[in-house]
Amino acid sequence: MKILVPVKRVIDYNVKPRVKADGSGVDLANVKMSMNPFDEISVEEAIRLKEAGKAEEIVAVSVGPAKAQETLRTALAMGADRAILVQTDDEVEPLAVAKILKAIVEAEDPGLVILGKQAIDDDSNQTGQMLAALLGWGQGTFANTVEVGDGTIDVKREIDGGLQTVQLKLPAIVTTDLRLNEPRYASLPNIMKAKSKPLDQKTPADYGVDTAPRLTTSKVTEPPKREAGEILEDVDTLVAKLKEMGVA
Amino acid sequence: MKTLVWVEHDNAQMKDATLAAVTAASKLGEVHAIVAGSGCQAVADQAAKVAGIGKVHLADDAAYANALPENVAPLIADLMGHHDAFVAPATTTGKNIAPRVAALLDVMQISDILSVEGDKTFTRPIYAGNAIATVTTSDEKLVITVRGTAFDKAATEGGSGEVEAVSGSGDAGLSAFVSEEIAKSDRPELTSAKIIVSGGRALGSSEKFEEVITPLADKLGAGIGASRAAVDAGYVPNDYQVGQTGKIVAPEVYIAIGISGAIQHLAGMKDSKTIIAINKDEDAPIFQIADYGIVADLFNAVPELTGKL
Ligand SMILES: Cc1cc2nc3c(=O)[nH]c(=O)nc-3n(C[C@H](O)[C@H](O)[C@H](O)COP(=O)(O)OP(=O)(O)OC[C@H]3O[C@@H](n4cnc5c(N)ncnc54)[C@H](O)[C@@H]3O)c2cc1C
Repeated sequence: MKILVPVKRVIDYNVKPRVKADGSGVDLANVKMSMNPFDEISVEEAIRLKEAGKAEEIVAVSVGPAKAQETLRTALAMGADRAILVQTDDEVEPLAVAKILKAIVEAEDPGLVILGKQAIDDDSNQTGQMLAALLGWGQGTFANTVEVGDGTIDVKREIDGGLQTVQLKLPAIVTTDLRLNEPRYASLPNIMKAKSKPLDQKTPADYGVDTAPRLTTSKVTEPPKREAGEILEDVDTLVAKLKEMGVA
Repeated sequence: MKTLVWVEHDNAQMKDATLAAVTAASKLGEVHAIVAGSGCQAVADQAAKVAGIGKVHLADDAAYANALPENVAPLIADLMGHHDAFVAPATTTGKNIAPRVAALLDVMQISDILSVEGDKTFTRPIYAGNAIATVTTSDEKLVITVRGTAFDKAATEGGSGEVEAVSGSGDAGLSAFVSEEIAKSDRPELTSAKIIVSGGRALGSSEKFEEVITPLADKLGAGIGASRAAVDAGYVPNDYQVGQTGKIVAPEVYIAIGISGAIQHLAGMKDSKTIIAINKDEDAPIFQIADYGIVADLFNAVPELTGKL
């Protein structure tokens, strides 16, 4: 089985995002960028399935600017076998990303596509579900544990009340949640090796996908600010405050 | 505009999360609801009583019992033939189903809306809530998920919607429900609790979490939450996680204990009315947004607090 792993280049999760003064968006100039953390979990899971003999090849894909090559190199250094960059400087919405991925799935014929449940920049939480719909495949979202069987995959999902397990027919879509695994760091030799792994360059037009956005963002503002309050002297003062608030 | 609201339920009881979605939908126009499930007539009856719901479409079929998106999304896509907007609460069920519906309709979903600014214009949080975007869609049909803390809950009484049975194509043959591990507890649900006591990595073990956090929550009649670090370490189950990628809460009082205040955690609780933090590090970022803070070792301060309440 081949596994396709889409990865996105996003603001590093340790950076506090700042809204641009003109309200046009979030300032990404000179900001550290990394692989979306959920996508690292996807790459890791694909590698573990390969190591367990459940998969033969891992193809990483990114839709984004030329710099997304770095993100793909990270996936290759972790253990993906080859990569495809669908290069565009436009912002591509989840629906259009799903359409591009569908075309890649049709060309590559993977048995499994593992995506992150959400990207930490737009926080949409859509692409995997959309891809599943477009392909007519089953979807195991917010995966906590996956187990590949014979023509099926069991996905234990993190849901609001606890955990739910579903069984999907393969091929299928999985989206990762935080507890699925702990991604490895790429070792230096593997980072060197990744430089010579194949990386194909494509464009959305190669897949006949129109990436014109459906949504327009008229402004981006800062959320209401919270001010720091007071440090209380001791627990008794807190008890008094709680009583004042009527909760104790 | 005619909207179709996803009714969240367990086949017996409608879930509160539905009610914020009804309020959001009513800002767009007429509100219809879809109850998809198995043996769920009672849920349809409850939904019909919700103020503002004009009609309830009831799809009662074993294939819809567990809200598997492969089965449910085509049903909704069909119903969208005569509705203009599909509106779901941003619960794990809503997030699972809505994008599948959107793709079937060739619509770009608008996730987690905070407000309705016009027929096609909404605000939504991006970058862990560090920015709020105002977005307008050019799609004819709308698919929206609604942040529960951003809208008032519609009243559960006072409506007199009619219930109409509908049927869909049932089992798509792609997926099957296997099992569920749902913790039963008398504690208030996190997303509707008035008070939340949340514990972080500092608790150190599930035993300590139970020993320190639970008695305080019991005293206050509070829901219990946690940081990602506490969940990852196995102190508490995954559904306790508050944050950007967990639950979004906005109680009257949120007490963060041994939680540093990473942006991903703040994203899930910074709209709480009063935030109280107990942390031994006076420089912990949580104090920058807390209304009241105590700089102390939680293993002393929390039992003392519990004792004095
Ligand atoms: C993709 C992604 C998604 C994430 N999503 C979420 C999310 O949804 N929710 C979330 O919470 N996190 C999330 N995180 C994790 C987040 O970045 C932080 O790592 C996490 O919130 C830290 O948890 P913590 O505050 O419990 O632990 P720490 O940051 O380790 O803080 C522990 C705190 O306890 C204090 N402390 C230690 N001992 C004591 C004591 N004896 N008494 C009092 N105080 C003490 C310390 O001073 C410290 O401030 C996410 C991260 C990523 C990468």
